[in-house]
Amino acid sequence: MKKANRTNLKILGPGRQPKVRCATCGTGLCCTKVQDLDVVLGGTTILENVNLHIHCGELTAIIGANGAGKSTLLKALVGEVQHGGSISYLDEKDLHTNKPLMGYVPQKLEIDGTSPTSVYDLFAAALSNRPVWLSHSPKVREEARKGLAGVRGEHLLDRRLGALSGGEVQRVLLALALQPVPDLLLLDEPVSGIDQEGLKMFYAMVSAIREEYDLSIILVSHDLDMVARYADRVVFLENRTVQAVGPPQEVFGNPAVVERFGMGWVRDFAAGGGPDADAL
Amino acid sequence: MRTLYEVMEFLLPFSFMSSMFMKNALLGVLLVSPLLALLGTMTVNNRMSFFADALGHSALTGIALGVLLGLGNPLVSMVVFSVFLAVAVLLVKRAGTASTDTIIGVFSSSAVALGVVILSRSGGFNKYAVYLIGDLLSIRPADLLMLLVVVAVVAGLWVLVFNRLLLVSLHPSLARSRGVDVKFYEYLFGILLAVVVAVSIQWVGILIISSLLVLPAAAARNVAGNMRQYHLWAMGIALFSGVAGLFLSYFLGTASGATIVLVAAACYFATFGANRIRR
Repeated sequence: MKKANRTNLKILGPGRQPKVRCATCGTGLCCTKVQDLDVVLGGTTILENVNLHIHCGELTAIIGANGAGKSTLLKALVGEVQHGGSISYLDEKDLHTNKPLMGYVPQKLEIDGTSPTSVYDLFAAALSNRPVWLSHSPKVREEARKGLAGVRGEHLLDRRLGALSGGEVQRVLLALALQPVPDLLLLDEPVSGIDQEGLKMFYAMVSAIREEYDLSIILVSHDLDMVARYADRVVFLENRTVQAVGPPQEVFGNPAVVERFGMGWVRDFAAGGGPDADAL
Repeated sequence: MRTLYEVMEFLLPFSFMSSMFMKNALLGVLLVSPLLALLGTMTVNNRMSFFADALGHSALTGIALGVLLGLGNPLVSMVVFSVFLAVAVLLVKRAGTASTDTIIGVFSSSAVALGVVILSRSGGFNKYAVYLIGDLLSIRPADLLMLLVVVAVVAGLWVLVFNRLLLVSLHPSLARSRGVDVKFYEYLFGILLAVVVAVSIQWVGILIISSLLVLPAAAARNVAGNMRQYHLWAMGIALFSGVAGLFLSYFLGTASGATIVLVAAACYFATFGANRIRR
C-alpha cells in the first residue's frame, strides 16, 4: 500500500485492501500510538497521561461526560491545541512515519444560511492553491465529484453549504476528510442534531470506510447505541484521563461507565441481552 | 497621468468631469471601493464587521499619535496603531477569557477616547473633523499611486492565500487538520485589514469605513451562489456605488463617502428584495 495510491480510492469501491500484519501493535496492523499525552490550557490541566493504541481497520469510540476532554483530545490530535507527549504513526512494516495524515470531520461548519460558499469552494479551498474566487479548476471539480459520489452526494457539488441539510453537510465533510485518504480519521460528534435517517446513512458509510481502507477511525459520540453497534473499541474518558479501554461489551460492563451513564441497557448489553447484541 | 486624464475626458464628456479634483476623486473611488469590497467579503465571512469598525475608530488615536510625534502626515502612525490594535485584539481573543465583541468594544472605546483627548487638548479638534467623514475630493496623484500599490499588494495576497483564509473561516480545526497554520492566517488577515483601513480612512472617513467594507459583501451574499459570484457581485456593487455615489455627491453638494454608502445600502436592500422574491 503506497501513499501514492491513496488519493483516488473510492469509498464504496469494489475490493478490500489486503491488511498487512505488523509486530508491535497487538492486532498486527498499522496503528497510531498516543503516548503520555497531556493538555494544559490557561493553567488548567484538561488531559493527562493519555495512552492509546489506535489500530487500523478499527473504529475506536471515545465516550465520556461533557467536559471530560473528548473534543480537546481530538484537537490535540489534529494539532490545534498544544500538547505534551507524542503521537506517532506506525505503518504496516512497523516503521515510524512522521505525524499521521489526519482527516477530520467537525461537528458542524461555522457558517450561516446566507454563506456563499459552495461545496465546490470547500473542496477546492482544501485541495488546491488556485484561488476559488478567481477561477475554477476542472481537475479539482472532477476530484470533488468523485469524492462526493462515494457519499452519494454528487448532486451537491454546486449547492451552497448554507442551503444543505445537516446530514448532507456531514456527508460532504466526510468525503472531504477522505481526500486524500488519511491514516487517522477523526469524527467529532459528527451527527449531533441530524435526523434519524441521516444518522443511519452516515454510520453505514463510516462502517464501509472501515472495511474498505487501511485507516484508523476515532469517533467522539454521545450516542451510546451507535457506539455499541459500530465501535470495535471503546475509550472511556473521565477525570482528565483514560479510565477504561476495550471492546464495547467490556467497557460497558465497567462499573464506572455504568455509574456515569446509569442506563439499564448498558448492563443488559454487557450481559449479552441488549437490543443490539445481534447486530454485532 | 496626463494620458489617463485625457482618456477619462473622452469617456466621460461631462462638464463636471473637467475639473482635476473630480478626475482624481474618480480614480480614487475606482481603487478604494473594490479594495474594500475584496477584504469585505472575508470580513463578513468571519463576522468581523465590528472588528473593522474598531479599526476605523482607532484611526483617531493614530492621528493623535502622529500629531504628538510631530509627523506632517499621520499616515504612518495610523497604520502602526491600527496594526497594533488588530494584533492586541487577536491576542486577547486567543487567550479566550472574554467574548470577542466585549474585547473589541473595550479596545475600540479606549482608542477613540484616547484619540479625542489628545486631539482636543488645546481645543483644536475641529481641524481633524475631516477624518470623520473623509474627503475624496482632496486626493492627489501621489496618494493615488500609493493606493495603487496597496491594491496591487492586496490583490496579489488574495490570489496567494485566499483558499487557506477561506478554510480557516469555515472551520479552524478542519483547516488545521489539513496542515494550515490557523494562527498565522488569522493574524495575516487582521493585519491586512488594519493596513487597508488605515490607508483608506483619509478618503472614506472614520464613521463610514466599515460600511464600505461590509455593505457590498452583505449585498452580494443575497445573490451569490459561490465564492466567485460573491467576489464579482461585491466588487461590482462597490464600483457602482462608488462611481454613482461620487457623481451624486457632486450634484447634491454632499459628503462623497456618505453618499457612496447610501448607494451601497440601496444596493443591499435591492438584492435583499430580489432574493426574497426569488425564494
